Amino acid sequence: MSNLFKIFNSSTGQKVIMALTGLFLCVFLVVHLMGNLQLFKHDDGFAFNHYSQFMTGNPLIKIVSYITYFAILYHAFKGLIMTMNNRKARPVKYQVDGGWANSHWTSRNMGILGTVLLVFIVIHMIDFWYEFKFGNLPTKKYIQYDIGGELKNMEFSGEKFQARVKASLGQINDFTTLEYKDLYKEVYATFDKWWYVLLYTISMFAVAFHLWHGFKSAFQSLGISHPAWNKTIKLVGYGFAVIVPLGFALIPLIIFFS
Amino acid sequence: MMNAKIPTGPLKDKWTNHKDHVNLVNPANKRNIDIIVVGTGLAGASAAASLGEMGYKVKAFCFQDSPRRAHSIAAQGGINAAKNYQNDGDSVFRLFYDTIKGGDYRSREANVYRLAEVSGDIIDQCVAQGVPFAREYGGLLDNRSFGGVQVSRTFYAKGQTGQQLLLGAYSALSRQIAKGNVAMYNRHEMLELVMIDGKARGIIARDLVTGAIERHSAHAVVLCTGGYGNAFYLSTNAMASNVSAAWKAHRNGALFANPCFTQIHPTCIPVSGEFQSKLTLMSESLRNDGRIWVPKNLEDAKAIREGKLKPKDISEENRDYYLERRYPAFGNLVPRDVASRAAKERCDAGHGVNKTGEAVYLDFAFAFERYGATEAKLRGELNPSKERIIELGREIVADKYGNLFQMYEKITDDNPYYTPMMIYPAVHYTMGGLWVDYNLMTNVQGLYACGEANFSDHGANRLGASALMQGLADGYFVLPYTIGDYLASDIRTGTIKTDQPAFDEAENNVRDRINKLMAAKGTNTVDFYHRKLGKVMWDKCGMARNESGLKEAMNEIREIREEFWRDVKIPGTADSMNPELDKAGRVADFMELGELMCLDALGRNESCGGHFREEYQTHEGEALRDDDNFAYVAAWQYTGDPGKAKLNKENLYFENVELKQRSYK
Amino acid sequence: MNLTLKIWRQKSPDDKGGMVTYPMKDVESHMSFLEMLDVLNNDLITKGEEPVAFDHDCREGICGTCSMVINGRPHGPDSAITTCQLHMRKFNDGDTIHIEPFRAKSFPVLKDLTVDRGAFERIMQAGGFISVNTSGNTIDANTIPIRKDHADMAFDAATCIGCGACVAACKNSSAMLFVSAKVSQLALLPQGHTERTERVLKMVHQMDAEGFGTCSNTGACAAECPKEISLDNIARLNREYLRASFVSGE
Repeated sequence: MSNLFKIFNSSTGQKVIMALTGLFLCVFLVVHLMGNLQLFKHDDGFAFNHYSQFMTGNPLIKIVSYITYFAILYHAFKGLIMTMNNRKARPVKYQVDGGWANSHWTSRNMGILGTVLLVFIVIHMIDFWYEFKFGNLPTKKYIQYDIGGELKNMEFSGEKFQARVKASLGQINDFTTLEYKDLYKEVYATFDKWWYVLLYTISMFAVAFHLWHGFKSAFQSLGISHPAWNKTIKLVGYGFAVIVPLGFALIPLIIFFS
Repeated sequence: MMNAKIPTGPLKDKWTNHKDHVNLVNPANKRNIDIIVVGTGLAGASAAASLGEMGYKVKAFCFQDSPRRAHSIAAQGGINAAKNYQNDGDSVFRLFYDTIKGGDYRSREANVYRLAEVSGDIIDQCVAQGVPFAREYGGLLDNRSFGGVQVSRTFYAKGQTGQQLLLGAYSALSRQIAKGNVAMYNRHEMLELVMIDGKARGIIARDLVTGAIERHSAHAVVLCTGGYGNAFYLSTNAMASNVSAAWKAHRNGALFANPCFTQIHPTCIPVSGEFQSKLTLMSESLRNDGRIWVPKNLEDAKAIREGKLKPKDISEENRDYYLERRYPAFGNLVPRDVASRAAKERCDAGHGVNKTGEAVYLDFAFAFERYGATEAKLRGELNPSKERIIELGREIVADKYGNLFQMYEKITDDNPYYTPMMIYPAVHYTMGGLWVDYNLMTNVQGLYACGEANFSDHGANRLGASALMQGLADGYFVLPYTIGDYLASDIRTGTIKTDQPAFDEAENNVRDRINKLMAAKGTNTVDFYHRKLGKVMWDKCGMARNESGLKEAMNEIREIREEFWRDVKIPGTADSMNPELDKAGRVADFMELGELMCLDALGRNESCGGHFREEYQTHEGEALRDDDNFAYVAAWQYTGDPGKAKLNKENLYFENVELKQRSYK
Repeated sequence: MNLTLKIWRQKSPDDKGGMVTYPMKDVESHMSFLEMLDVLNNDLITKGEEPVAFDHDCREGICGTCSMVINGRPHGPDSAITTCQLHMRKFNDGDTIHIEPFRAKSFPVLKDLTVDRGAFERIMQAGGFISVNTSGNTIDANTIPIRKDHADMAFDAATCIGCGACVAACKNSSAMLFVSAKVSQLALLPQGHTERTERVLKMVHQMDAEGFGTCSNTGACAAECPKEISLDNIARLNREYLRASFVSGE
């Protein structure tokens, strides 16, 4: 065990864990984005609120969420510690920096980009995660009904609901009522503030740049490199670095402008 | 004084018999025996690693910041070995014969035969160490051919064979350092040999970082300190390559053999200006595909020198492919000494092609066309245009020599794919060195010399790809056996104490000399004198020598030397890092050696190998050897004045080869 | 051409050091960079000042001794060369050239532009070899055929000259390219297989002990490497290391 600790605590071992946590967080980003896209379903926020509830309630998801917290914390703090140690590896700095000539600026600024992201994550968690878990979010009731073998959801109040109930009477086989915290409404309310949207958009640039280098770098750290794959890994990484943050950024923008 | 100790018996059994009968030191005793190895190139690193591995306590010294930087690393072409992997009739005897003949019959049969004998082991050893030699698609080792021989026996790793072999030896050395068997002293320079009761018992070294003078004792001292080509100032040697360790040995009684035998390599990048500090070699392998020429007409040559004409403006009939003209049998592939002299002859006659008039063309245009035409056929391209053929040819040539072409372009800013290269001979290797017997021991008891630092194997001219072979043979396979023979009598000596008077005296010598250098506080830099010395050496003891020139040179060198000691200016202090002081010590020794080189050249009234005396040539301008009077090794004894060194002759006996005049016509 | 040189001067390892400006007149474009410094030193000595100490030896790009950062770039503004192969034609009249030593905690400055690269020595001693005795009793060189592509890749890795430009270029002062080149060379050859597990662990742990930073895959090392050692070697080292973590018997 101590040998294993030594191995994973070495420069190379640490990078392996950085890569694994990084790639795990990439997967998390995809799941998160999928969830966020529920915001655009025309179902009175049912899917999104349901997803929010699911993400905090399911015991399996709970385990995964703890892994995620660990991954974020490890990746962020280990990254910061390594960045600081790396600075110490050159106590006297160069008078002239020639880094522009030999490397991409994203690769040289992963620590700064990561710090921006950490700050963002904290704000983001306070606003939504903390609010959801410990805040006083109002709840919203939904009715889930089976119509012609098809499950449908709907807000359990308002005129729309009553009209629909009237129209569908007799066709509904079965129904249940569900109650969720209404994060959906909170999201829409938050993204109505321009400065908040701006913060999000800027942060997503940081994500993009962090991923631009981070994605392919993770594969390199894991030793996954082969002339036949390298180009693909690189392209997938660049695509990922553009598409995923763009998806995240579009949500507040669309909400703000619509 | 000189006993070569060549074992008796038939040539092919000498080494085996000798190994079977030398004294051995048992493992327990080896631990009590110290050996100093100075220099960590191919010979030094391999010797230190081998001796450490055998159990001796080794101290190794190099002036560089790492053994990996020794100048063996710059060897490009390859290493010879009589493996006969190509099944072209190669054998130990043939390698022996080619080396003796290539050396113009001025080396010892027994030594050269042993070299050929162990050559195969070197390749096995290096491959086992992980040296990445070039391989064929079947996974087996590839060979190339080199100048002056008729078989393919050269193993290579692209154009960086020396680097790969040195790194192999360095890794073996690193392993012994890690095990504590070798103590490594980087950035240390040997400044004096310590003699006790007529035996070499230690050295005085200077720590080049702190300036501290240190005493190191040992039961034997091995010098693997390379050659002395930098006596010429401009050479292909590294800037700090020097003769100092060997010269200190010489001053302490070791004989210096054949100092005038220097090899001038024909394919180097010409001198470009007065600030030039160093010459760069272009591998001999280029002569396989390049054709060497100069303009036939003096007016054309002049116009080219003045920049009015370009090489492509000279039509085919106005070009003089002088090597092909003079030596139709070997053409551009004549041995190095012959090619160098021919280039000098043309340039002296006014046909040189760069601003200084000291350059000839090495033209690949024909290779482009030849390879291009073949390649077009291989690709099934019918009736390709001439441009297309040349384009294809350039690709093929790039595959073979890409790194050399790139190196040339980086240095000269000329693109050799589009205009011929310009080349000129430059000092490259020194065949002479400390005299050693069959056991590689100098005439000083307990003092050994290996690799380029000794004189033994290459006679008057070294064949391509043989230097690496000799360095490793000495270090891995010869010295480790022979040194035990001497040390066996030393097992009861115990540690040599460094507080003995001999150490005091040696250290005082070193300090006095350093103080004298520092005290001069004159007007000119060390480089000023080194350049001056180099010019005399090159002009009068270079590719062609004559009696009056050599006599003049000896006088001039003496004057330069006196002026140097009176008027050199060395900044800084002696008790700190001071590269100028390091350099001054080395140049001071070159100034003594230079005179000895001239003396040796003056005494050798014949032309052989790298030594060409203008008075001794055939009517066609070829070297004229005199076997009746000069088939000997000239081993010089120090008398206090290098110009009055005492000559000792070791006669060479040839029982297994017939002495012939070399002919490449 | 006329130039302004700003050169790092530092008397000793303990000295703080600083940049000193030297005007240079009439520099010729065909001179090498080091020859230009020779001229400067010659002038300095003549004026009674101490010349600039810098490491150099072979002056043909193979020994790996020369080590300067020129305008922020190890070995200066050209690709695939060492400082000694840099020529003044790469500069223009009126340029200001900043010359600094290779900087890293693990490469302490000895004097001016000269640094101590002993850390590389100790990494090599930790495992940069194949444990074979030099007895000459090894098997015939052709007994083990080696795939040509593997032999070629091993050669490419083995061309590392140990100059330390990778460390100097890396923003983390990481020595990964240097270490990976040796690990790769020996891992690619069958002769090196027996020790591959121990080798990679020992060399990486020694590298860490020397105080080099960690690799963050910026690629600056490979971009500045005079021998164009590929980043693939670092990936291979990572792979070897990961593999070693599973099979190491300690």
